[in-house]
Amino acid sequence: MIEINNIKKSFGEQQVLKGISAVFKEGKCNLIIGKSGSGKTVTLKTMVGLVEPDEGEVLYDGRSFTKMNFKERKLIRREIGMLFQGGALFDSMTVEENIRFPLDMFTDMSIAEKTEQVNICLKRVNMVNTNKKYPGELSGGMKKRVGIARAIVLNPKYLFCDEPNSGLDPKTSLVIDDLIQHITEEYQMTTVINTHDMNSVMGIGDHVVFLHEGYKYWEGNREEIMQITEGELFDFIFASDFLKNLRRNAKV
Amino acid sequence: MKFLEDIGGYLVMIRHAFSRPEKAAMYSKETFRQMVDIGIGSLSIVAIISTFMGAVTAVQFSYQLKSIGLVPMWWMGSIVRKGLILELAPTITSLLLAGKVGSNIATELGSMRISEQIDAYEIMGVNTRSYLVGPKILAAIVVIPMLIVLAVALGILGGWAGGVLGHFFTTAEYIRGLQDNMKNWDVIVMFIKCLFFAFIIASIPCYKGYNVSGGALEIGRASTQAVVLTSIMLVVVNFFIAFFLLGE
Ligand SMILES: Nc1ncnc2c1ncn2[C@@H]1O[C@H](COP(=O)(O)OP(=O)(O)O)[C@@H](O)[C@H]1O
Ligand SMILES: [Mg+2]
Repeated sequence: MIEINNIKKSFGEQQVLKGISAVFKEGKCNLIIGKSGSGKTVTLKTMVGLVEPDEGEVLYDGRSFTKMNFKERKLIRREIGMLFQGGALFDSMTVEENIRFPLDMFTDMSIAEKTEQVNICLKRVNMVNTNKKYPGELSGGMKKRVGIARAIVLNPKYLFCDEPNSGLDPKTSLVIDDLIQHITEEYQMTTVINTHDMNSVMGIGDHVVFLHEGYKYWEGNREEIMQITEGELFDFIFASDFLKNLRRNAKV
Repeated sequence: MKFLEDIGGYLVMIRHAFSRPEKAAMYSKETFRQMVDIGIGSLSIVAIISTFMGAVTAVQFSYQLKSIGLVPMWWMGSIVRKGLILELAPTITSLLLAGKVGSNIATELGSMRISEQIDAYEIMGVNTRSYLVGPKILAAIVVIPMLIVLAVALGILGGWAGGVLGHFFTTAEYIRGLQDNMKNWDVIVMFIKCLFFAFIIASIPCYKGYNVSGGALEIGRASTQAVVLTSIMLVVVNFFIAFFLLGE
């Protein structure tokens, strides 16, 4: 479980987060949704410490991450996996070296053990036999899958995904969503996903937080979203008039 | 204000770059990779430039000395050797490497920053300033002096070829000059220069690349700025080293 309390963050004059609080539960896909520029990435990066909040606190199962020093944070970071928007695979390394990197850096496993663990992860994301390929040779969807494999190689308790579907076609998006959902349930991870993709909200939105103009505007699950008929969230989800009418007519 | 911030940021980066590594084996592997990158990658260009640099020095100086007519031509060996060791090899090679290695480093780190690879390392708990910056500076300090020594050797060879082909002096005269007026101090000054220069060539582009924000355009801009700033720092530091170590 991850808790964020009253997170505030400004860049210069612009206050991006104006006091966000939320609780993200384990074994669930927790979604942060909102228009682009609404502060989803900043929220996620604040949670993992890539951005320091001006105010507020982030707690990992009760442990205050915000108050920790670099050394203490490092221990929590061993429990964190993150999938970045473009995959963020290391260009100079092969797929196998990418996934093995956390093992090389932080464990004393033998080469055989590491290779086995890498192959388990590659199999989990359906990318067997791509070990020797370089990131430049992979498609967008494959990069994300390798990114997921790298994120889960140390069996993290917490998984963060920044726009896992951006740049992917709808079908591949579903595959990635399913993968994230299955892994979350399988390992009982606390998963936090940024997205503006409504398919994801309907598909895997166990718990949804809607950010709007720096505030948490709404919180609930996908069933509850379907009940909404007006307001900012309604405009966001049923973006086109066509969908709005469809929704309103269904209600009548 | 921005200038002071940059100096502060640069110093903080340098301090972190040499903090204790979490896993020595990974760091030495990375350092070795960087040494190969910098060394092998720059070998041919340094070889070509230094050979011609030596040759043209021999020809130009011989031409001038000849027109004065008071100096024996065997001095040329000593003039070429001294010129290369004290000034030409370290400075010209370093300016060249500022362009080649410097822009490489800034571009590499800049694109790692933009594509969130640096964030990915951070998330894992890697101290990126020590893992990404430290090995580059260390590799430069080891490899760049070697390249400069090579530049001296090839420059002397080029000087011989230029002078002999231009009929300014004979091989025997050149060798006599090379052995004349040898001073260890010159070589020590050269190595001091090498160390300072290598540090500058790696560290400034690291700072510029590591701190890129924005998009692809900014990577190009950071890379250019890195080369310009590195070159300026090289000539300034070069002057001060010469001033303090060679002045009376
Ligand atoms: N490092 C930064 N410096 C300045 N402004 C930033 C920075 N990171 C994000 N912002 C600003 O914060 C706002 C929210 O950005 P972001 O969290 O990336 O939005 P999104 O919801 O699309 O992920 C944007 O207006 C962006 O310009
Ligand atoms: Mg974003």
